[in-house]
Parts: sequence; structure tokens; C-alpha cells
Amino acid sequence: MTDVLGRDRPADFWSRLKESSLPGALAIFVVGIAGFFLLPDNLALLTRIIAIAFLVLSLDLVTGYCGVATLGHAALFGAGAYGAGIAAVHFGVTDPIAMTIVGGVSGAIAGLVCGSVILRAHGLPQLVLSIAVIHLFHEAANKASSWTGGSDGLSGIMPDPLLGLFEFDLWGKTAYLYGIGLLLVVFVFLRMIVHSPFGLMARGVREDHVRVAAMGVSVHSVLLRMYVLSGMVAGIGGALSAVATQVVGLDSLSFTLSAQALVMLVVGGTGSLYGALIGTVLFLFFEDVVSAANPFHWLAIVGALLIAVVLFAPRGLYGTAISIIRERRKKSAA
Amino acid sequence: MTPLLDIRSLRKTFGGLSVTNDVSLSLHPGDRVALIGPNGAGKTTFVNLVTGALKPDGGRVSLNGMDVTRSRPTERVKRGLVRSFQVTRLFKDMTPEEHIACAVLQRMGKAGRMLGRHGRMTDVMTEVGDILDFLQLSGIANVRVREIAYGQQRLLELAIALALRPRVLLLDEPAAGIPHAQTGLIEKALERLPADLAVLMIDHDMDLVFRFAKRVIVLAAGSVIFDGSPQAVAQDARVREAYLGSYAHAR
Repeated sequence: MTDVLGRDRPADFWSRLKESSLPGALAIFVVGIAGFFLLPDNLALLTRIIAIAFLVLSLDLVTGYCGVATLGHAALFGAGAYGAGIAAVHFGVTDPIAMTIVGGVSGAIAGLVCGSVILRAHGLPQLVLSIAVIHLFHEAANKASSWTGGSDGLSGIMPDPLLGLFEFDLWGKTAYLYGIGLLLVVFVFLRMIVHSPFGLMARGVREDHVRVAAMGVSVHSVLLRMYVLSGMVAGIGGALSAVATQVVGLDSLSFTLSAQALVMLVVGGTGSLYGALIGTVLFLFFEDVVSAANPFHWLAIVGALLIAVVLFAPRGLYGTAISIIRERRKKSAA
Repeated sequence: MTPLLDIRSLRKTFGGLSVTNDVSLSLHPGDRVALIGPNGAGKTTFVNLVTGALKPDGGRVSLNGMDVTRSRPTERVKRGLVRSFQVTRLFKDMTPEEHIACAVLQRMGKAGRMLGRHGRMTDVMTEVGDILDFLQLSGIANVRVREIAYGQQRLLELAIALALRPRVLLLDEPAAGIPHAQTGLIEKALERLPADLAVLMIDHDMDLVFRFAKRVIVLAAGSVIFDGSPQAVAQDARVREAYLGSYAHAR
């Protein structure tokens, strides 16, 4: 196989497979279906993992791909959750797909707002701004209790049957399968974005924004557009959470959730969609297993795991695995 | 004929220190000009004023007859004023092919596209391939930059600048940091730059300056103290004064 220049490209099956989003989509599908049949009593947990996975993927877009430091990313997730919830409770938008769209749009708007504020600074000041933003969002949702239910949470969200056919049942089967479907669509969409010319520019911004600006690219515009996309993804996750749990709490707009999302991303590996997914699944699953096994010391165990990952796999589990494979290949080629 | 780059009475002070003091110069198509000067002469400030990274306190910068004194740096790049960096500023985890693709995509106005892959855009990849070939980087087109030699990184720096199809090219020490034996690589590339391009090279390396430039401008303490041929510069008393300082009198 040769590329358009007639130069030889590695034509092997693996490199072509790596370029397509088929293996990833297939893996999500297989793991998703396996979860459905192997853990039928834990579908609520699995659905929560999917919803948080949207948040971590979304964080990966701005932190992993663009190098923006933020500890306030749950603002976008919460905006989506409250957007979908308020649409259902106050405006009678109870179709789950319509709620998801409202969530995505709310998240995108929140992304525009957060991005406009956070992108004014760099480095530590940027981190501080992001913390300020999440606290402001949290406080706004707390005060507007007639819309959001305040600290009691927004309840009474009653989504219609999915496509008019599938009721959201007590065991969360429909919600879970809907989540898997959404994740597949968003994953393929994000693969497209990160491999597009726009995604290439974003990676350039992360590596050296001065260089990118010297090419005549407006760095701010690249980052802000990515923030809006990121908001949309996080918002879809928030909406899924609202549809599945039928309640939206202030914790979805919290600093804690923002920080946890960052930890999950670092555990999995930044700058890769697979890293974000693996980090979320492992972290939340581990947390659940450990807290059930030892309700008293589980936080200490989670802490120990994090230290181990950061010390022994500094690029995250997926990132480190990839670089080990790369080294091996180089050695065998030499 | 209107000059491609026209700088009139450019001034910049930091506090009480006048770093750029009434500097004027113009570049025409095909010019090969070297800007030299001792350390602290204000070369870097001058470059930053021209590219728009700094705002001047007075004076005017025009590109091809258009006043760009107040334009943003990215706007100037789009109008054909491109710079290279003294210290390579490259994307360590990306390949030369991706670097040049970034520049080509940007120039073609396709940098914001969220659909498709640059590797499948025939027009983009043809041009990327041409530039890689021109600078003999094709062999390492798909190797990550952190793994390629420093001399090749300098060539890539030049490749990115050329991919933007500049009309005026500011080269900030293009051979900086390369072992002397390998500067020939850069020199050869510089010789083959498009004939109608106006090039302003900022450098310390006198060998390179004398071989490359047809005109030399000497900056000292923020002012232009010499503007003439490379042959004349070595004879000029003020230039010797600026470079050698009081040592010139000590003898």
C-alpha cells in the first residue's frame, strides 16, 4: 500500500486497524454487552460509569489533547444534567433523546462560558480560575432552588419510554443500553475530531502554542472551539445521568467530581480516548469493589493505588502500556 | 516599486532604556539581508516588533504596502510575514510530516476542519511531500521529532516556514546549535530558497552571514550603525568600535 505521494507506508493489517475507530467501538460494544449479562444486578453502577466516562472523555479533549489545566470540568457535566433535568421537570421535555440533546446543548453553552473565563490565564492561574468557576456554578445551582431543587436535588424527572418502546425499568436495563449506544456514537464522533486537521492543530497547541501561533493559527479560537465540543460531550454524560437516575444533585456540579475526573484521566492516560475510558472504568470499578470489601479503609487503598500508578506508570495505564509496546517494537526492529 | 517589508522609524523603550531607536529598513523581493550586532544590540526586540509580539512606541511597519503596525501576529503571518525560531520550537511527540501538514492546512484555510484526515487530502499531502523532498526530510517523515537529529530539526523549522509560503522570511539564527561541520546542510537549503522571497537573517555566525547575505545591517545599542555590502562591513570603523568596544583603542 502506498500513500498519495507514492511513498511506501507500512501496509500491515495492524496499522490500518489502528487508524480506524472500529476496534475501539467493537471493544466498547463487547465490554458493554458482557457487563449487561455478567453484572445484571449492578447496572446502576455501570450506567454511572458510562456517564462519568463522558465527563472524563470531555476532560481529555481540553486537558489531554490541548494541555489546558482545569479542576472545574464537572461544571460542564452538571450543566448538562441540570439542563436535561430542568427541561423535563419544568418544560415537559421528557423524551430521553430530546433530554440528551438539551443536555448536550447546555453543556456546550457552559463550555463556551467556562472556556471564555479559564482560557484567559495559563498554568496555575488557569487552574485557580477553573476552581473559581466550578464553585460559582455550584453556588448558582444551590441558590436557584426553585429551578434546581437546591441542596435537595432536582427530582421528579420522568423520562418517556425510549423511542416510545422501551420503558426505563427499575433494574436500569434500558438506561444502561441507552448509555452504551450513546457512548458508541460519541466515541466514533470523537475519533473523527481528534484525527481531523482541527485535532492536529489542537495537539500542536498542547505541544507548543507559540509555534502554532507563529503559523498564523489563532490559539484561543482552537481552544475555545474545543471547549465547546468538550462541553457538549460532558453535557451528554450529564443528561444520561439525569435520565438514568431520574434525579440531579449538586454533587454533579462539584469540585470533588472535577478532581476525581482528572484523577481517572491520569490513571488511564491523557491524550488518548482509550486512556480516558480505561481510567474511568478501572477507577470507578475499583472504588466500588474496595469500598464493598473494606468500608473503613477503602479510601486508603484507593490512595495507594493512585500513588502506585503515578510512580510506576507515569503516563497512565494505557499510555505506559503503549510506550512499552513501542519500545519493544523498536528493539525487535533494530 | 513598493518594498515587501517597509519599516519606518521604529522605536521601543523599556522603562528608560531605548532598545529600538529609530530603526528603518526595507526589503524587496529577492533580498538576502543579514541583521547582525553585538549581544544586547536589540536584535530580538526588533524581531518581536516586526512580527507583532511587541507593540512599538512609535514608527510604522508595512507589508507589501499595507500598514500592519497594529495588526496581530497571526494576521501578519497570513499576509506573508513568517519567522523561524532561534531555539527550535517543535512538537516533540509529532512527526515532521504532521508539522508541515499543520502549516499547509493553515495556509490553505483547512486548519479548522473537523472532518476528514490530513493524510487523505491529496492536495495537502502532495505539498507536504514536496517540501519534505526539498529539504531532504522524506526519510524521517514519520519519525517523532524527539528522535531525530538536531540538524534535521533545524531543517524542519525551515520547512514549516516555507510551507506557509512567506513573502518575507525572518530567520532567527537558522544554524544555531548545530555542530559547525553540519551547517553546510542549512546553508545549502538557504541557497535554494525561492528567488522572489525576501529574507532577513539574524545571526552571529559571520561565515554564514558573509556567504549568504548580499547586504548587511549592523544594529548596536538599538540603532542601525551600518547598512551596506558584506565587503564593506569589516572595514567600517563604527562597526569595529561596536563589536570590539574599547579594545579597538587599546592597541
